[in-house]
Amino acid sequence: MLIPVLAVLVPTLPLAGWALNGLWGGRFTRRTVAIVACGAVAAAFAAAALLLWQIRLAPPPGRAPAGGPSWIVDLYSWIGAGSIQVPLRLLVDPLSVAMALVVGGVGLLIHVYSVGYMDGDPGCARYFAYLNLFMASMFWLVLAGNLAAMFIGWEGVGLCSYLLIAFWFTRPAAAAAGVKAFLVTRLGDVGFLLGIFVAFGVFGTTDFGVMTRDAGARLALGGGAATALALLLFAGAAGKSAQLPLYVWLPDAMEGPTPVSALIHAATMVTAGVYMIVRLHAVFLRAPAAMDLIAAVGAVTAIFAAAAALVEPDLKRVLAYSTISQLGYMFLAVGVGAFSAGIFHLTSHAFFKALLFLAAGAVMHALGGETDMRRMGGLARRLPRTTAAFAIGALALAGIPPLSGFFSKDLILSEAFRAQAWLWAVGVAAAGLTAVYILRAFALTFLGADLRGAEGTAHDPPPSMAAPMWILAGLTVAGGGLGWSFTHPGILERFLLTGLRAGAGPPARAGGAGEGTLVAASVLVAVAGIVVGWLVYVRRSLRGGVPALAGLLSHRFYIEEAYAVGVIGPVRALARVAAVADRTVTDAAVMGLARALGRSGQALRGLETGYLRHYAAFVLVGVLLILAYWVSR
Amino acid sequence: MTVPAPYHLALSAVLFTLGMVGVLVRRSALVVFMSIEVMLNAVNLAFVTFARLRGVVDGQLLVFFVLVVAAVEVVIGLAIIVDVFRAMETVDVDDVDLLRG
Repeated sequence: MLIPVLAVLVPTLPLAGWALNGLWGGRFTRRTVAIVACGAVAAAFAAAALLLWQIRLAPPPGRAPAGGPSWIVDLYSWIGAGSIQVPLRLLVDPLSVAMALVVGGVGLLIHVYSVGYMDGDPGCARYFAYLNLFMASMFWLVLAGNLAAMFIGWEGVGLCSYLLIAFWFTRPAAAAAGVKAFLVTRLGDVGFLLGIFVAFGVFGTTDFGVMTRDAGARLALGGGAATALALLLFAGAAGKSAQLPLYVWLPDAMEGPTPVSALIHAATMVTAGVYMIVRLHAVFLRAPAAMDLIAAVGAVTAIFAAAAALVEPDLKRVLAYSTISQLGYMFLAVGVGAFSAGIFHLTSHAFFKALLFLAAGAVMHALGGETDMRRMGGLARRLPRTTAAFAIGALALAGIPPLSGFFSKDLILSEAFRAQAWLWAVGVAAAGLTAVYILRAFALTFLGADLRGAEGTAHDPPPSMAAPMWILAGLTVAGGGLGWSFTHPGILERFLLTGLRAGAGPPARAGGAGEGTLVAASVLVAVAGIVVGWLVYVRRSLRGGVPALAGLLSHRFYIEEAYAVGVIGPVRALARVAAVADRTVTDAAVMGLARALGRSGQALRGLETGYLRHYAAFVLVGVLLILAYWVSR
Repeated sequence: MTVPAPYHLALSAVLFTLGMVGVLVRRSALVVFMSIEVMLNAVNLAFVTFARLRGVVDGQLLVFFVLVVAAVEVVIGLAIIVDVFRAMETVDVDDVDLLRG
């Protein structure tokens, strides 16, 4: 069978690329480095595509508990301790293959884009090595067959995120942002790890197939174990996917190179949390309270981050807040049980947000690294093609039909409406804000007066950077077709459905007038948002505002400040106490012991006279003492 | 007539003590060396005496070993003394105090 071989090749090929470029990249020419890195990812993507072809073609060897086709590839018995057996296991099913295709496709495009973007950077080989390692970890994450194996990929992508955020480590801001990302996501990972332990306790294994099969039998609906397990796993997802209140690392992560922001911090890694919840949907469905919390956190994050994006002056950070907001939508979707809608939005978001980031990268490339929108403006004349690409991404983000973002966001909103009306209301409000902030970003960057005067030599990017943008733009336009459906499940949904049933509300769409009204409402809100944005930021006919709200927004509701007071302050104080204790207790004990030994050595050195006769006399005295002992006994 | 065993043992003890005092008080490495030989032979005498006394040959056997070891020791010891003399131009054991703490 081809499937096990292909499944192993997908994560291994980028790993090989990492090894090649990591070990010998310094001696390769730039061209070789780029060919190795892109070739490895292209081959992995091809393997994933073949995998899709194979699982569509071949009859499944056994039917998974959830009813979908799935193949299990055991590589190695990783942990064997009595009743706990943890194999390194890959799971090939429609969900993992769909994710691998999204990761591989977007990853390949961004690798190609990076060749142009990182041209001239002295750390080029290191960059591509990290990027390949990231791809290997991400593939491993989506293909892993149990939670323990997934955790390897989970931490691997976290490591690569850290390495790539802090890629320009000589810049203090970049180094600090890398550390921040690492530490904040680690907070969530503690929850994730505890969740894995709970899963071991409940199921005796963390195998996804077994967990899906036994969830109904082992977890009481709404019971303590189910809720605890779901909440702990969600903590990990919230950290990785930058949800409230653990989102603070993502805006700072924009210190990394822009293709990294596009790949890791928009398209793939940050969606790992969503993927994990979808993967374990059977478990989450046993904990309705946790699901409600996930949906609520998603909705609040969506509107909060959209509001924060409204006042952000930095182009990349606007996109970062936008990513947080869109991830909120995905959590809203999975929270109301619309798992395939979540994956659909994950996919379309990967396309249009990567496109937006790559366009932003093209802007930065043209302007020598400038990201502050207050120093941009009027770039539409200088960068017409980049402007067009950004506009397509922006329209998709705003949810204008017939772009992909419209379909996926609308699907989520209608599912939310079915679940709880207030979630829908928040989602629609956030959609309106989304339209406003992305129009603001577009207007400040590309429209208006050319602030850079005649100095600019700004021009559209070279073909190696432009081509991935155009492909992504095509996917953004056409991606809606993956899930376009008002009365019946879309292609993606039908593909995923087989693996995703397990008690989720069957997505037999109601259709009819109610659905039409919802769609009309969300389109109306998006258009209204664009109009408002136009009036405020382009025509400038709406002026003024609420200073208090602006202050609140520009400080992002003082969440960073709350962290500074509530977390960083106490930790620093604890660190200071620990430092004093280290000096006065630990160091004092160690140094005291060393000093005592030194003193006794000083005292004893008097015995070592160097005179042979003294040594001989010592021997004599010793012999006499032994003799005396024997005689006296 | 034979001399009784206690005389042999007394002689052995006297020789041993003389050798020991020589090792402890003399400064010339060669004399120290000769004193060690005296001690070894004092022990040999004690061995032979006890062997005769108890009518077994173990002691006499051991004497051969001691003789062989002593011969070997002479070779090595003299070599060391020669080397020390080459390096330090002295065979006075009190001048050779590199190990002083």
